[in-house]
This record gives sequence, structure tokens and C-alpha cells, in this order.
Amino acid sequence: MPDLKEKAREAKDKKAAIGPDVDLASFTAEPVAHAYVKDLKTLPVIDQGRLIQAGIDTSEGGRSGTYIQMDTAVVHAHAKQEGLEVIPIKEALKKHAWAREHYWKLVAVDADKYTAAAELNLHDGYVIRALPGAKAVWPVQACLYLDKDNISQYVHNLIIAEEGSELHVITGCATSPRLKRGLHVGISEFFVRKNAKLSFTMIHHWAEEVMVRPRSVGIVEEGGLFLNNYICMKPVKSLQMYPTTHLVGRGAVARFYSILVGTPGSEMDVGGRILLKAEETRAEIIARAITNGGKIINRGDLIGEVPGIKAHLECKGLILNGGVIHAIPELQGQADGVEMSHEAAVGKIAQEEILYLMSRGLSEEEATSTIVRGFLSVDIPGLPPQLKAEIDRAVDLSSKDVM
Amino acid sequence: MLLIEDLQVKLGDREVLRHIDLQIKPGETHILFGPNGSGKTSLLMTIMGYPQYRVTAGKITFKGVDITNLPIHERARLGIGMSYQRPPTVNGLKTRQMVQICAGGRDVDVEGMAATMNFQDFLERDINAGFSGGEIKRSELVQLMAQQPDLLLFDEPESGVDLENISLIGTTISRLLQRDIHPEPGKSQLQRKKERTKMGLIITHTGFILDYVTADKGQVLFNGVLSCSNNPTDIFLCIKEMGYEECVKCQI
Repeated sequence: MPDLKEKAREAKDKKAAIGPDVDLASFTAEPVAHAYVKDLKTLPVIDQGRLIQAGIDTSEGGRSGTYIQMDTAVVHAHAKQEGLEVIPIKEALKKHAWAREHYWKLVAVDADKYTAAAELNLHDGYVIRALPGAKAVWPVQACLYLDKDNISQYVHNLIIAEEGSELHVITGCATSPRLKRGLHVGISEFFVRKNAKLSFTMIHHWAEEVMVRPRSVGIVEEGGLFLNNYICMKPVKSLQMYPTTHLVGRGAVARFYSILVGTPGSEMDVGGRILLKAEETRAEIIARAITNGGKIINRGDLIGEVPGIKAHLECKGLILNGGVIHAIPELQGQADGVEMSHEAAVGKIAQEEILYLMSRGLSEEEATSTIVRGFLSVDIPGLPPQLKAEIDRAVDLSSKDVM
Repeated sequence: MLLIEDLQVKLGDREVLRHIDLQIKPGETHILFGPNGSGKTSLLMTIMGYPQYRVTAGKITFKGVDITNLPIHERARLGIGMSYQRPPTVNGLKTRQMVQICAGGRDVDVEGMAATMNFQDFLERDINAGFSGGEIKRSELVQLMAQQPDLLLFDEPESGVDLENISLIGTTISRLLQRDIHPEPGKSQLQRKKERTKMGLIITHTGFILDYVTADKGQVLFNGVLSCSNNPTDIFLCIKEMGYEECVKCQI
């Protein structure tokens, strides 16, 4: 892969198209050793607590597999179910030709300085794969954890749902209570093969001085379904991402759901782009943003390239207590017979709704938090009930903080 | 008991209620008549405690407590409940959750209560989202069943309701107000009537509700003033024949 390294070196100073520039050199990229943990229950209690908040079940009861990385080191990786693979990416690239074939296949290594740095400093990451026809009983869980103060973590993930398979992944990113400042750069490439189903639920749980630059691209083949849920309700210094998915096979479907809460001092620039390149493809992007002092830019971009596609974008924002919500919904129809729509709204909680609930006995605070909770709850068709419960739990935990 | 004394209310700069005196004793139900814009809804909203209805003079007492300046949820907890004509949609809040909220932590049979209004299919829907006029009324009644208020305020419970559902809604209101007739072992109907505690104030335009709910008194509100208090059926007949203008001339 000398080519990749060469390209990466050329792009190492290339600023991203959007988002504040991050001075990568101000963080340390030196590897940090952490011992491999066989039993997650032996992790320090304080870290376990953080993992649980990010959706990780340390008992592994309802999980098909687990991957945990602390800083730059893999501390746990295994699959519990036949037909599923959970492998650290460095190991996978060494051992498996198929892993190398998927690596940097969708994301361009020279897209910007973050992709370049991820290639030049690779600190592992996960490969999660469902073999053809395999159906995951439980979700696979993955966590990328920042522990050492001032660390930069560069990871690369491959998520592959082979033909006819069904795979659910819940991934949490979190920081230890010890960490104040840090940088996370994560490359993710999603492959949803013919008639496969992949749900990917990501819960971010950062800290006030953490910079986050994920870069992800997915591809969905004929008859495939890709559900991508993203939740970020905790403070973060700066988060910028614009995950993109290409629907390349007839009848492929992608649905993006995101829930963002901007706290004071946080800046989030989160988008979603879906390109509908084949007939009868469907796309939906639904975003809910709340700010109580933070700045949220919420982008959505749907591109219909062929006739007979359907796509919808919905972006709703609530300003609770100062802050900015900037909704930028975009639609691009490039052929006759596309059906595309969007709906965007930014506002405050309606007084009428608060009073209605108060007349049923709730105090003003209870009524407000009930409305906020309702605003954040979106129905996600096709999501296993267990993951739905996980999302509800994350939202419940955080919506209390919002008030 | 609900006691309203010389109540004056402003909505914005406009005086909407003037010198209102009203008394509803435990067990009593009153019907509130009045043309559009006469202040009927304003009176209900003021009793419920909506802050935009500013009490400039007078007093409201409920169960011996001066509630004139009490916030809306404290009035609800004291036992006042309202069935709205056009309640707002709360996105993401399921009807089931709303009914549980109304129960205020008591364990209630949501399913069973919804079943009495043929409303089970709506429990998983966002409250009021896309509900028709009749569906809103049924939803409001299921909520009141869970809330069990002692004073029930109904804002035009029959408006927008189709003929098929009007009797269901009428008999349910009658039951909520303990005015339904049904045998109870060891108790005469007279005894049941004597033990009645629920109070009701019902706004009606069409009077259809009178076919299902008996009432003790009718009140006519005209230009923000309570102008007549009489037998509800007499009032209704008079309004039907002579119109409001004529009806209010017989001030009592």
C-alpha cells in the first residue's frame, strides 16, 4: 500500500472543506499501551460507567460480539456468533486479502488532512463483518475510548454486511473522566451487499475539549437496507462530519437518523448525504437538533440521479436557551420522475403544548421535559427493539441534562 | 364547590368577562350557552388557569381554596379537568403516555379505558396528530377518565362529532359526571343522586348534548356577562325560538 501512504503524505496539510481547522500537531499521536482485557467486568468501575452510557453492555449478555479500543490499543475484540467476525483492522489487513480490498475503497485517503493523518498514524480500528446469509441475533458492540489526556486517536473501521446477511452494530465513543482534551479521527467504510441489512447506531459521548472528525462513506447494493442512527447529546468542542452513502443497486434503501444536543461551548456541524444512483432506491434523512447554548449546523443533501427514486429530508430544531441552529437542507434532482421533498423547522417549544400538559397535572418543568423527550423520539422502522431501547435510554439520560 | 365572585377578565387589552358570579355545588352540572365570541371558552380557560386570561377583579374559589392566582397544574392537581375543543399536537408524545400522565402516577388500565371509547388503535399515535374532530373528543374523554377530576369543564364536546359517536360521547360524559342511570346493588337511584360529587360545566352550541346529559342549570353568557340562569331545556328552547338577544332580556 505504498500508494496510499504517498497520497496521504501529499494531503497531510489539506484543510477540510467545512468545519474549523484542527491543529493536529497540538495533540500527541504516540501509541499508548493498554493491556488486553478478557473479561470486561474487570475494567475499572469508572470506565465501565462511561462505556455503559455510550451503549456498551459490559456483561455482553445481549451482544453478538465486542470490540473495545482504548486510545491506540485494542483491549478486547471477539465475536460470539458463528458467521460474524470482529477483528482489529491492523490484524485483518495483515491476514486477509478481502480486508485490504475494502480498505480506503469508499473514502478517499487524500480527502483532507484528517483522512491523510488516519492513514499515516493508523491506531487500529475494527472490522465487523457478517458472512453471506448470516443473521446476527444480537447487535455487535464497539467502543472507541479516549483515556489519556491530549491524545489523538486515529482509527479506521470497516463494516461489511455480505450478501443476504443481517448485521446490527452499536458503537459508542466515549472519554474517560481523566481526559480533558483530545482528538478523535475515525474513518468508517460501510458495505451493504445485495439483500443485506445493516443497522449502525452510534452514540457519542465526548468531553468539553474534544475535537471530533469522523469520515464515513457507505455503499448499498441491490435490495440492501442501511439504517444509520447517530446520537450526540453531550458536550464536544468541535464535531464535524458529513457521512455519505451511495445507493447503487435497484431498490436499495438508506435511512439516516440523528439526534443532536448542543450545549454551551459546543460546535457541531453534522450532515448526511445520500446519492440515489439506481432505480427504485429510497432515502430518508431525519434530524432532530436541540440547543441550549451551543451552535449546531445541520446539513442534509439528497441527490437523485435516476428516475423513479424517492427521497425525503426532515430537519427540526429547537432552541431552548440560546445558541444557534442552522439548518441547511438540500435536494438535487437530476432526472425526470424523481420524488424528493424536505421539511425544515427551527423554533421554540410552543407555550400552548406546555399549558396543555400542565392542565393534566404536570409542572412547567415536567411538561417542558416531556415535550423535549417527545421531540427527540423518532420512530425508526426496522430497528430491533433492543437497539430502540438503547437509543431511548441514551435520550432519557441526556434529556434530563438538557433541562 | 366552585364559587366565582364578581370576576372580571382581560385577554390582552380586551375585557372578555364582566362581573361573573357563578356557583356550582358538588354533584351539580351546568350548561353554558352563548353566541360565538360571548366569552364561553374564556370562562373555561380562566377557571382552568390559562395565564393569558388575566383576572383583573373578583375571585375564584374551588373546594374552599382561593385559586384565582394558582398556576394551572396546581388547579389540575386540586381536581379541575378540561376537555378541549382543539388541543395542540405534541409530537413524539404517544396518546398512551398522555393518558398515563393524566393518571398522575396512579396505576390505570389504559387499554380498558381506551376500549370504552373504541380508541385502542390510537394509543401508539402521537397525541392529537392528525386526529379528526370526533377523535379529539374521544381522546380528551379517555384522558379525563384517567385524570378523574372533580370539576369537569367541557368545551363543545359534540362539535365535529359524527352521529355514530355522539351517543358514545354523551353517555361517557354523563358517566364521568355520575349522572348515568344504572342499577347498583343495595342502592336506590335517589341515593346515587344524593351521593353525586362531580361538578360539570359544559359549553354547548347545538344543545345535542342535552339528549344524553341531564343538567341542573343552564347559564347564558352574552357579551362577557352571565345574563340568565334557568332550567337548561327552557333556555335552549327559548334560544332556538327567539335567538340569544331575546333570551337574555329575561334577566334573572
